[in-house]
Amino acid sequence: MHELPVTEKILTIALKHAERNGLKTIYSITLQVGRLTDLQDEWLQHYFNYLSRDTIAQDARLIIIPEPIKLQCGECGTIIETKKRDLQDITCPHCGADGGFSIMSGRGYYIEEMEAE
Amino acid sequence: MTDSVKLIKVRESIQADNEQHAQDLRQKLKASKTLLINIMSSPGAGKTSLLLQTTSRLKDEYSMAVIEADIDSTVDAERLAHSGVEAIQLRTGGFCHLDVPMVQQGLDSLDTDVLDLIFIENVGNLVCPAEFDTGAALDVMILSVPEGDDKPLKYPLMFSKCDALIINKIDYLGTSLTDFDLKLLEKRVRKLNGGIRIFPLSSRTGEGIDIWTDWLTNKAADHNK
Repeated sequence: MHELPVTEKILTIALKHAERNGLKTIYSITLQVGRLTDLQDEWLQHYFNYLSRDTIAQDARLIIIPEPIKLQCGECGTIIETKKRDLQDITCPHCGADGGFSIMSGRGYYIEEMEAE
Repeated sequence: MTDSVKLIKVRESIQADNEQHAQDLRQKLKASKTLLINIMSSPGAGKTSLLLQTTSRLKDEYSMAVIEADIDSTVDAERLAHSGVEAIQLRTGGFCHLDVPMVQQGLDSLDTDVLDLIFIENVGNLVCPAEFDTGAALDVMILSVPEGDDKPLKYPLMFSKCDALIINKIDYLGTSLTDFDLKLLEKRVRKLNGGIRIFPLSSRTGEGIDIWTDWLTNKAADHNK
């Protein structure tokens, strides 16, 4: 739902790194997007195309790598990888706990790298 | 593309600058002994009614204000101002959540040296406010009984980040109007948030409000000492 402000930040960060490295054209930006966020990949690209017009990133493609959801068991510390739809059925495979998990990954968005010249 | 195309390692979080601002704001408000509380919910869960109940019970103890986020109206700020609580209206102009710079705009119009408690009434939705730190010391969510006990299944991130969950409109429970299961809801919430405090209450009848305000009073004493 908030693809627009997130996309603005992606563009700002990409342009900052391009300037720092003396680059003239950005071809692609690789993002890692947590599976717990509600960002829709196609909308990110759609807004990016709109916001980046007349910048050196206007033809850049967004490459989106999903960041998996990882939980830690509050009882025994075991790390469990899961999918969003399975969250409510999770029990710890090590100690059997069925609540009190903390989210270790899957909620962030990062710019990993970009291709540019 | 030519040979001069380079791969630039960026490794920067899109949230990093907001998170830094949030930490700075928390430190600043800790120093000025002001507890900032971020209230989140769906539209109609009862954010404004709960704030009116809360501020009317605490008004003799604390100096309080409310920062109101609203996409494009001032209805809530007017209700609060009418009750005698200072209310700052932010018009988010279509934004679906508040971040630290927007909260800061509201704080700029308030005297934080004098205020003990400041409530943020975040934009009414369960998706976006879950992902953006406001700089508040406490995150509180309101879920109202008519919304149903399945909401933790749909919005896990929101339920996982809150310090407290208020179940509002409990006067619906035990009537033919709802099959809301409080125990099941609690189990679903604790799946990803073992330490959350849950306060079933009714802003309309006043039932359960004291337990919530007692908790808040303890949190304020701890934060503002």
